[in-house]
Amino acid sequence: MPNTYLLTIVTFLPLAGTLALLLLRREDHEWIRRLALVTGVAEFLISLFLLRGFDPANPFYQHEEMRPWISSPPINYHLGVDGISLFLVLLTTFLTPLAMLASWKSIEHRVKEFFVMLLVLETGVVGVFVSLDLALFFFFWEVMLIPMYFLIGIWGHERRIYATVKFVLYTMFGSILMLVAILWLFNSSGKATTGGTFDLPVIQALLQAGKIPLGHTAELLLFGAFFLAFAIKVPLFPLHTWLPDAHTEAPTAGSVILAGVLLKMGTYGMLRFCLPLFPNAAREFAPYIEALAIIGIIYGALVAMVQTDLKRLVAYSSVSHLGFVVLGIFAFSPISVQGAVYQMLNHGVSTGALFLVVGMLYDRRHTHEIGEFGGLATPMPIFAALYLVACLSSLGLPMLNGFVGEFLILLGTFGAHPRAAALASTGVILSAVYLLWSYQRVIYGPVTIEKNRLLPDIDLRERVILFTLAAVMLWMGVASPMFTRRIAASSELVLNQMQRPEPQPVEATLPPAAQPLAMKADQP
Amino acid sequence: MFPPLQDAYRIAPELVLFVFGLLVMLMDPFVPRAHRGITATIALTGAALGAAAIALPRANLGLAFNGLLRIDEFSIFLHAVVGGATLLVILGSAEYLERENLPAGEFYALVLFATAGMGVMVSAQEMVTAFIGLEISSISSYILASFRRDVPRSNESAIKYFLLGSFATAFFLYGVALGYNALGTTRLAQLHVALTSSTPGVLATLALALMMVGLCFKVAAAPFQIWTPDVYEGAPAPVAALLSTGPKAAAFGLLLRILFVAFPSQGERWLWVVWISAALTMCVGNFAALLQSNMKRLLAYSSIAHAGYILVAFAARNELGIAAVLFYLAAYALAKLGAFLLVAHLGGAGERHMEIDDFAGLGERQPVAAACFSVFLLSLLGLPVTAGFLGKFYIFKAALDSKLLWLVVLMALNSVVGAYYYLRVIVVMYMREPKDDAPPLPMSLDLGLVLLLTVAGTLFLGLLPNLVMGYATQAATSIR
Repeated sequence: MPNTYLLTIVTFLPLAGTLALLLLRREDHEWIRRLALVTGVAEFLISLFLLRGFDPANPFYQHEEMRPWISSPPINYHLGVDGISLFLVLLTTFLTPLAMLASWKSIEHRVKEFFVMLLVLETGVVGVFVSLDLALFFFFWEVMLIPMYFLIGIWGHERRIYATVKFVLYTMFGSILMLVAILWLFNSSGKATTGGTFDLPVIQALLQAGKIPLGHTAELLLFGAFFLAFAIKVPLFPLHTWLPDAHTEAPTAGSVILAGVLLKMGTYGMLRFCLPLFPNAAREFAPYIEALAIIGIIYGALVAMVQTDLKRLVAYSSVSHLGFVVLGIFAFSPISVQGAVYQMLNHGVSTGALFLVVGMLYDRRHTHEIGEFGGLATPMPIFAALYLVACLSSLGLPMLNGFVGEFLILLGTFGAHPRAAALASTGVILSAVYLLWSYQRVIYGPVTIEKNRLLPDIDLRERVILFTLAAVMLWMGVASPMFTRRIAASSELVLNQMQRPEPQPVEATLPPAAQPLAMKADQP
Repeated sequence: MFPPLQDAYRIAPELVLFVFGLLVMLMDPFVPRAHRGITATIALTGAALGAAAIALPRANLGLAFNGLLRIDEFSIFLHAVVGGATLLVILGSAEYLERENLPAGEFYALVLFATAGMGVMVSAQEMVTAFIGLEISSISSYILASFRRDVPRSNESAIKYFLLGSFATAFFLYGVALGYNALGTTRLAQLHVALTSSTPGVLATLALALMMVGLCFKVAAAPFQIWTPDVYEGAPAPVAALLSTGPKAAAFGLLLRILFVAFPSQGERWLWVVWISAALTMCVGNFAALLQSNMKRLLAYSSIAHAGYILVAFAARNELGIAAVLFYLAAYALAKLGAFLLVAHLGGAGERHMEIDDFAGLGERQPVAAACFSVFLLSLLGLPVTAGFLGKFYIFKAALDSKLLWLVVLMALNSVVGAYYYLRVIVVMYMREPKDDAPPLPMSLDLGLVLLLTVAGTLFLGLLPNLVMGYATQAATSIR
């Protein structure tokens, strides 16, 4: 395979940026911000090169890189993107500079550390999306916790310490069991290849060919360990309780990255690992997972509706929206999976925009209470218009991006489970209720609080942020085939990878009841 | 009969350490207080030469002194860990001794002697020789623990350590004697032969049990861990740094040799003892650490928890397990040394600021110190990029190879519990406002060097473990 350095550059450029940042003096706030932004923008532009030479018809990994890293056990530095991860990488590199712009004025305290953490976070997240080695994947997965921990803990709001510790402990609890599962998988792979392997494509191929013996119980346990880690990250109801706290307490940039990208790591993991590696367990658990996803959709929407805190409202809307993604993944239809991947991107853009909007209000009034606002259309007309676009995108108005994803998910799900699709579609209505209702209370009506009358409208920097996002929302809404045609092949491949060969003749002669036992005998 | 010259090469590190220890002790009365730097320089040279002298036995692997000692890769690896720890402790404690006005000569001499004792322990092939090494290191440690003589707590700690420690070494010696009685030898290899050639009786099992009691005490494994927090809290912080790394590594090394060279045939029996002790140790260490408000006690309980993790690798009973123990000891020593020596510095005169809350706002006041401390804590917590992660990774792997799934899950959950208290310290350092406007303490060059070495080592092992892990694997195969 041709070894290029593109993915390495995309992964580690932000880290190189932090080294440059460390050379600046702590007091040079302006230069620190500029350098960080330049790094972020350069990173985005370079990541666009991933599109060049990306073959949409090829469902396999592209831009692959493979170098030995740790010799024993063999952990390779194996990177690659396919249609699923490609846009998630782009989403990350796209949102990070916007998050930096958004923190331009609101972060006055320990500026240098802030941008260092943001860039380290970017490296960690991109690394998660491009790693094709299980151990390397875990490496990035855990590393990313450290900057997020500091981002929430240092620059967050009042209850930041509680929120950040809760966030880290939840995530660690899930991921440490995933580490055990990864090692278990490695040990089982030792039966098929000498010395075993952490390489995802290899393990996947071996599992699919039935060369790695995995008993029924073993598969369920492994699936459970992986799924728990991802479900906490998504977060799937009832594991979502860390999310409102973390989102609400994080600084704007932290919320944007957290909601925009970090949650996708969970759904990405389900798609990348849970489905292709453990299809039988996935099918077995699918009804329960779908039920939880639907509960999450409706519960998240209902709870969002009664929030008085705008940021908490957006946070709960994430629980609801990510429920759609999980539903789409576990419906196992090509359309719904494609829709799920697209919805990950949509949610990143629209919820990112909503958090930025909330952040702009917070910069002006230092509160998230909906009751503190009202009638903002008068002092801030441009802001009001762009806020509306973000809301409409999030609630899935046709022409904007959110519609495409939700539609594909519901369409794909309906074929397999009409009832699930029907229940989930109430979530679309509910999201219109909570988003528009909150919009109405914040923007329309008379200005009730005198302070709000004098609020300045958004300045150039803020306009750049919101106009960019609005343009992307519109673009993704009308030109969705540009994206979906690159996503389609890989998401279909995931479903193909779930196919397992018929049991071999020797095992087929066994009576059905004895089969699991026979397989159990050689499980690790 | 005089032993051949090669044997002298094989114990070169111990010889150098002893000579320099004596030199420091003899010179001390003649060095005026104002020039105590000279003593420190000599001690440092001794430790450095002692560490460098490891090259000599490395070039002359083999049995020494009629098979009393065995110089193999295993002993070289642990010599490096122990010698490195001593070097860092001596480097990092000059400032502390100056500040607390403690007699430097005795301190350095005792540290050097203790290290020599540990060196004997990790090479010993014969139990009485091992016992001599154990005693040399223990007795020096007892005195070191009481080094702040005018502080009652330090004396309390030393008495506790001495009384319990003497019992433990007595148990060990009793075990050796019983083993001799039952099996007719005190040499590891011959013990193995005796155990496999005939069915061993109760006495042999009892001998193993007693030896394990003695060594479990030394490594602070449950249920023999009670002394640890009190002793670490009372002892001067640099001594705590030494106690939690050097003697521990040596005792683990000796335990490895006893279990894997002499008693592998009894594996089914000691497996469960180790299993239960590992589970107990990590739970006790982690859950007790949650409640601590004193930094030294927190680190003490954390070192108990880590002893539990290391015992998981013992329970794996495979070669990777031994290599994982060695790698983990190196990773753990780097983080613990750095942490304790930094705490010694930040504690201020008389170790007044040892409460965790005293570290509030450290990220603002002393960003470099806080960043280093965070690296150590993250390594102890086992996050990637640091050595601690790969250490845990190897232990998980070794234990899963032996199908110890539940022990691994228990260890995994324990490390999440551990995350809470390590992160709490980081919270205090970075996310709390300082209590008072304490001026930043200027850091000495020595300590800066220690921090540089430990942080660099932690990251090196965490990112490029091939070299060290390769040697640890070689060492693991060499002991038999």
